[in-house]
Parts: sequence; C-alpha cells; structure tokens
Amino acid sequence: MTIYSIRPFFAVVVPLFAAFFIMLSGKKPNLREFWTVLASFLTAFIVFSMVPEVSKGNVYQYTVFRFTDTVEFTLRTDAAGMLFGCVSSFLWIPVAFYAIGYMRQHHEKEQTGFFAAFAVCICSAVGIAFSANLMVFFVFFELLTVATYPLVFHARTEEARFSGRKYLIYTLSTGQLFLAGIAVTYYLAGTCDFTAGGFLSAETAPNWIMQILFLLLILAGAVKAGMMPLAGWLPSAMVAPTPVSALLHAVAVVKAGAFCMIRICGYVFGPAALTALGLDQILIWFAAATIIISSLIAMKQDNLKKRLAYSTIGQLSYIILGTAMLSPLSITGALYHIAAHAIMKVTLFMCAGAVIVTAHKENVSEMSGIGRRMPITFACFTVASLGIAGMPFIVGFISKWDILLGALEANRPLVLAVLAISALLALSYLIPVCYTAFFKEDKSGEFTAYGEADKRMLLPICITAVLSVVLGIFPNFGGHLYTFAVSAAKEITGGLIGGGFL
Amino acid sequence: MRHLPVLIPILPLLSALLCLIFSRIERRLGKYAVLAALAASFFSSVLLLVKVTQSGENIHYYMGGWMPPLGIEFVVDPINAVILAVISVVAFFVCMYSQAFLKESEWLEQGGFYALFALLSAGLLGMTITGDMFNLYVFLEIASISGYGLIALGRGKSVVASFRYLLLGTIAASFYLLSVAYLYAITGTLNMADMSRLLMHQLDTPNVLLAVSMLIVAFGLKMALFPLHGWQPDAYTYAHPAAAPIVAGLMSKAPALALLRYLFSIITVESIYVEIGLKAIGFLGACGIILGSVMANAQKDFRRMLAYSSVAQIGYIAVGLSLGSVYGLIAAVYHMVIHAFMKSLLFMVSGALQYRYGEVSISIDMLGGLNKHMPLTTASFVVAALSMIGIPPTGGFFSKWYLLLASLEKGQFLFIAVIVASSLLNAVYFFRVIENIFISKDAELTSLQKEERLEIPFSMLMPIVLFGIAILAVGLFNSYFVEEIIRLGLPEVLAV
Repeated sequence: MTIYSIRPFFAVVVPLFAAFFIMLSGKKPNLREFWTVLASFLTAFIVFSMVPEVSKGNVYQYTVFRFTDTVEFTLRTDAAGMLFGCVSSFLWIPVAFYAIGYMRQHHEKEQTGFFAAFAVCICSAVGIAFSANLMVFFVFFELLTVATYPLVFHARTEEARFSGRKYLIYTLSTGQLFLAGIAVTYYLAGTCDFTAGGFLSAETAPNWIMQILFLLLILAGAVKAGMMPLAGWLPSAMVAPTPVSALLHAVAVVKAGAFCMIRICGYVFGPAALTALGLDQILIWFAAATIIISSLIAMKQDNLKKRLAYSTIGQLSYIILGTAMLSPLSITGALYHIAAHAIMKVTLFMCAGAVIVTAHKENVSEMSGIGRRMPITFACFTVASLGIAGMPFIVGFISKWDILLGALEANRPLVLAVLAISALLALSYLIPVCYTAFFKEDKSGEFTAYGEADKRMLLPICITAVLSVVLGIFPNFGGHLYTFAVSAAKEITGGLIGGGFL
Repeated sequence: MRHLPVLIPILPLLSALLCLIFSRIERRLGKYAVLAALAASFFSSVLLLVKVTQSGENIHYYMGGWMPPLGIEFVVDPINAVILAVISVVAFFVCMYSQAFLKESEWLEQGGFYALFALLSAGLLGMTITGDMFNLYVFLEIASISGYGLIALGRGKSVVASFRYLLLGTIAASFYLLSVAYLYAITGTLNMADMSRLLMHQLDTPNVLLAVSMLIVAFGLKMALFPLHGWQPDAYTYAHPAAAPIVAGLMSKAPALALLRYLFSIITVESIYVEIGLKAIGFLGACGIILGSVMANAQKDFRRMLAYSSVAQIGYIAVGLSLGSVYGLIAAVYHMVIHAFMKSLLFMVSGALQYRYGEVSISIDMLGGLNKHMPLTTASFVVAALSMIGIPPTGGFFSKWYLLLASLEKGQFLFIAVIVASSLLNAVYFFRVIENIFISKDAELTSLQKEERLEIPFSMLMPIVLFGIAILAVGLFNSYFVEEIIRLGLPEVLAV
C-alpha cells in the first residue's frame, strides 16, 4: 500500500533548513550547534516515525513538484531506501555530538561552514535514500558531491587543495557520465522510476548499448563507493577533519555510492538483465579484487586514518560483491552491510579522531601502550575491529554470514575463498592496532596516566560500539533494519529461498 | 491594454531621447526615466505573456493602424513574450546596478550612459517583438550602435575592442540587409508572416540559399557563434563595467531568437538549405562549446574567462537550434532565458569587484578570501557557477537535460559527448575560481569604498542576489516554463 504523506519530504528538508540557520548564526557557536543537534534529532525522529508502516510492507510517497516536463520530483520510502535513510539519519546524532567536541577541542577554523556543509550532506544522503527515480537520485547525488567538497578542503592547506581537486575530478566526471546514462535510460525506457527487479531488460536495446549504458550508470556509484581502480580519492580525502571521515567517508558518501550501485543493479537493470548481459561477472571480479588489494594496502599503512580508509574501500566492495551475486541472501547481506559497516566504521573513525585530539597521535607505530591512557576508546576500537573481521555476536558477522551463504546459494566457490581470505586480512590489519595499544610496551612513557577523550567524543563512541554488539545479537533492534534488507532482497529477486536470520 | 505591445520598445526609446534633457535638469532624473520605462516594459511584457499563454493565440499589433503587409506589425507569441520579459527585467536590474558606478559623474556622462543603455534595451526589445523584417534591421542597428558606445565607454583597450566590434557588426548588419533584399526580390513583401506564406513554394530557389547563408553569418556574428566570435572576448572584457552585464547577458539573445524565427517560422525547415544550414550551425556550435571552454580555461583574467565561456554557452543554443526538434528548441529557448540571468550575474559580480577594489582587470588569483569580504556576492557567484556547470537543481542543468534528450531523439551521440565534455571543462574553470576564493590566502586588496554595513551598495547587491535566486527559481520551475510557455510557442514546422 502506498501512503501519500509529506514525511519523506520533511526528512530531507529539515537538514537543509538547519544548514541555512547554521549559516545565519555563525557568530554564536552555541546557537549554531543547537541547530545541528536539533536537526539531527528531528531528522532521525521523522525517518524513524516511518519505520513501523514500512516494515509492514507499506510505502510512503510524496511528489513535491514536477521536476522537468515529464519527470516528477518524488520521494518514496521503499525498504532499501528506508534502510539507508535510517542509517544515515540515526548516525548523524552521535557524530553531531562528536563533531562538536572534536571541532572545539581541536580549535578548527571555519566551523560555521563546516557544520552547514555537514547538514547539507545529510540532507543529500537522506534524499538519495528516498529518491523515487533516477533524476531525483542524481540531484541529491550531485548535491552530495558539491557539499562534500568544502569539507574535504576544510584544512585549506596545499594538501587539502589537492585532495579537493582529486575528489572533484573523480566525482564530477563520473557524475556527468551518470547524467548521460540517465538520459539514455529515460530515452530507452520512457521512465526512470526505480522498480524492484528493474525496468530495463536485456532486449531493450542491442547488447553493446546496454553494456555501455550500464557502465555509464555504474561508474558514478563505483567512484563514490571506492571500487578499485576508482578509489584514489578516498585515502586522499582523509585530510578532512575526522568527523567528516567518520560520517561521510564511512557512512554518507561511500554508502551513497554503494546504494547507487544497488539501485542500478536491483532497481534499474534487475537480476535477469544483468545476468543476460554478463555484467554481474565483471562486477563480481572487480569487487573481489578490490577487497583483496585494499586489505593488502591497508596492512602497510601506518597512518591510522589511512588504514581505516583502505579498510573502508575493502568493506564497501563487500556490498558491491553481495549485490552483484544477485542471489536473495547475498543481496540481503549487502543491504544489511550498509548498516553494519556504517556503525562499526563510524566507531573506528571516531576512536581515531579521539586519539588525534587527545594524544595528538596519527600513526599506529606511535601508539604503543596508549590503551592504558585511553582504555574505553580502545575497548570500543577493539569491538568494532572484531566486527569488521566478522566475529559472531557483532553486527559485522550478520551481513558477512549472509553474503557467504549467498555465495553458496549462487554457487560461487571462488567468492567464498575471497571472503575467507579477506576476513583474515581484516584481522591482520586491525587487530595489530589493538595489540599495539594494549600490550606493547610504552617506551616513551607518554601514556602512563589515565586521560580519556572529552566526554562529548567518548559518549558517541560508546553508544555506537554498544549498538554494534546489540545489533549483532538482535539484528532488528530499534529499526527493523534486517527486515528491510530481507524484504528489499525479496523484491529485487522475486523470492527468498531460505537461510538467514529470519 | 490594446497598445501594450508597442509600449514595450517605445517607452525605453522615448526615455533614451528624454534622458539627456532630464539629466540636464537634475543629474539623476534621466536615470529614473530609464528605470521607469524599463519597469513599464517589464510589466507590459508580463501582462502580454499572461494574456498570450491564457488565450493561446498570438497577439498582433499594427503600428499606426496600417495593416500588414504594408504596415509594420508587432507579434507577441509565448516564446518572444518570455524573452521580452527576461530582457526587460535584466535590463531593469542592470540599470539599477549601474547607478553606483556613475554616482559621481557629470550630468552629460550620466545622461549619455543611460541614453545609450535605454537605446540598447529598446533595440533588443524591438528586435524581439517585431514581425517585420526591415523593422528588425532598424532595431538591430539601434541595439548595435548603442552597444558600440557602451563598450567604448570602458577603460583600457575598450575603444579598440569597440571599433573591432563595429566593423564586424556592420558587416553582419549588411549581410542581414542583403538577405532581406534577396527574399524581398522574390516575394515583394517585408512582413514575416506574409513572407512565410509567399515563400512556401519557392523554398528551393537560389535566393533562399543566399538568404539562409547570409542570415547565418549575420546572426552568427551578432551571437558570437564560433568561428565568428573574434570580437566578443575583447568587447565583453573591456566594456564599461556598468554595462558589461547587459552587453554580455542580453546582446546575443535577441539575434539568437531572430535566427530561430527565420529558420523555423519564416523560411522553415522544409527548405533543403535550412536543413543544411542547421547542420552547419550544430557543428559550429559544438566546436564553439569545446573551444570556448578550452579557451576559458586558459584565461587568467576573470572577465575574459567569462567572455570565452559565453562562446561556449552560445554553442548550447546553437546546438539546440540545429537539432530542431521539440526538445531541441525547448533547450535553446530555455538556455537563452537562463543564460541571460547567469551571464549578467557573473559580470555583475566582476563589476562589483572592480567597483570595490578599483582594479581595471580582475585576475583570478586576486580572489582569495572573497567569501569573507563579500559573502552574499560570493554565494550568488557560486550559484551561477554551479548553474554554468550544470549541477541540479540550478537552471543550467535543465537546458543540458533537454539538450541531451533532443540529441538522443536525433541519434546525435557526438553532441552528448560534447555536452559531457563541456560540463567537465566548465567545472574545471569555475571550480578553479571557487577554489581560489575559498582556499587561497586572502588577497591583498584595499577597498576603495568606505566600510559599510553591506559589502557593496544595496543597489548593486540586490540585483546580484536576486539573479542568484532567479537562477534557482527558473531551474526549479522549469516544467512550468517548458510546458506552459515555450511549448505553446514552438514553430509549427519542426525538423523531423
């Protein structure tokens, strides 16, 4: 059943208005931060108010106005969109508190612009989640690009300028190809509304045209999701302040890319067309290669944020891999991994940022024994690391298990091997950090006294860490996220065969 | 109400004549006369736009009651009504904006400037509304000559730039006159509707061939269509800063609309020559898009960069025309509207910099930290820049979207590649400016003006901010523009 309600629109507009008010109250930091906090709670409240109905299989829909002469600006909350919407709006709350603590403690400049751009990014992430057609999707996708750019060059150093350029080159060029692809899709199909199972078929046009079209559409998502060889911007973008890395480069931007690929594969082309065109194979191998290569690179990174960045690249390709295998369970896993990875990676990045602000350390090699000084931070770090590696009872296990089962279901033994190797690799680049922090001897003697991070930073870290355990045991805790993943996968593939957690 | 069409060009014309006399009495009076006339033109054109879209019938006005084909006829259809409204509203706000530059000048200088300004507006409005071929020539010359004057008023090499434009502009006007003569020779009429009817059976005569080729050269020169754009970068760069927004924003639009009128309504695409001509225009437009964007990238001077970007933007209009389908013409007309706002805004921003810092040439390197000194101007600039690149939901995105659809319909995949490439090139040179504004160290510029509460005088800031909002509004409400206005006014015969 479709419920016509303005709620999805409000969920998108609230952060946008927040950005406006933040710009206006630049001279009063407390008022400015009040807007951020208020908007984050309000957005999450609106989004979660739609959860009960959507979990029953209903859909909220709202058409704002006619966008072009034929395409309408419609927001729609199907299960997949709701999942991403819940994740990005909910995680804004802890990160907002964290960002306030981080930016103030770190005495960053240009905080007004920072918080405003941050709010616009959330607006676009929620918009991406709730877009009903490719056109609206593209609007928010480009808005996200433009709004992230000032966050990347925030430091205003030469390095930041270079990273900003790199980011723009990657995203804008593929964005324009995406636009061309949307135009072709619209021209071929006469519509660009997302339809579960896809509205293009392999017979819509000659094979080579369909293959080029897929390439045009998928590249933008692949860049944002950091699929190799298009991931170059992501490690460079780590010059941004840590809250940006936490929310944007672990949740909003990269997940928007992954979500874009899910939309293209599941809601534009559909499993049948992808298999007929042989495109799923290509995607699977690119994703698998990305997982292995990025994990190998991550092991060599001494800078903690860079190490996490490469880990993000690898984990994002899990989502792509799960989507590309096109089996019901693998898609369930891929969708749930959006939520799972977001929560774990936000925790990891927030820990890294807490270390930067409190102990002024960025490199892993300098962190020997830091666990004694910041035990809570590193306890949370350890929990999230184990989750990334796929330890049971932590949220990462659920999604990975589903992707694994999906690989069996799709009869792809090689993918199984990739998944197993990658879990080991993840252990080998994240657990040494915990080991260094807790068990290595503190030669410099810097970390003898207890000195935890500021409470505004510590509390969000604890919340997300606890949440990743809770969700690992009750995958539906709080927001029916697992149900959403299952029903979206059902819609896309047209039937669920069994297994999984429900 | 019956006389509304004639008021549109006549009032600015009248105000131009009265401007000097008024200025002699009171320095500022002439300016107010021009402002009032432009406002009246704007309201008349909006009223006509409403009337013509509601009734669905074109409005015909016969000068002095003389019936066509003998008398001069003014025709208002939905497309030229919207262009009239845009020309008058842009002229009005640019006029308002220009006040600050001239506030200390003598009566003669002020009166002269505003007389030229009003003449230029009257010429452009007249070119748009007229239904008579020779009358169009008259208005074309009015607009051109006043344009030469406004360009020559600038500093630096403006006189040379103006002279060069004068030479080429005169050639263009002569070509236009010749093509009218060739058409007159076989039909014996100067009225456009009449001409269209009489030409119907002589579409493949050599006269039409000559006329079409000359028309393309004439209006191509006036629009600065590649490769006839040689005069344009200098003229836009050195024009008087108070007049540059209208010169850059509007002077290319009226000829573009006239070209559309000739190729689709008067001679029509049923003629084989028009078909070939359209192909040529499309090719030249595509070359212009790429070349203009590349050249814009090579510029250090802010205004020169904008001037070259105009060459590219005119290319969009040309490509839209050449596709000749419903979406092609929608894209062309829509781009005329949105580009008028974007380009005049961008030139107003450069003028505002010149006003505040007194620099003759604004180099891109000088813009560091602008967001702190002029926040509202910077914000408007960013909106216009995003629109030039084509980021939704700004207006520039939609002309690209319609252009993409039109190219797909016609199977012109080359144009799609050109549009994508040009967006990226636009992104490079506009983000270079944005990067300089936000990242580079504060430029060491000293403000000439007293520190006030506003970054620049209200009369300058208001048009800039308003146009920034207009770019967003025209983008968001593009379906209204396209469905309710442009689509109604499309020529009957379109390229298949």
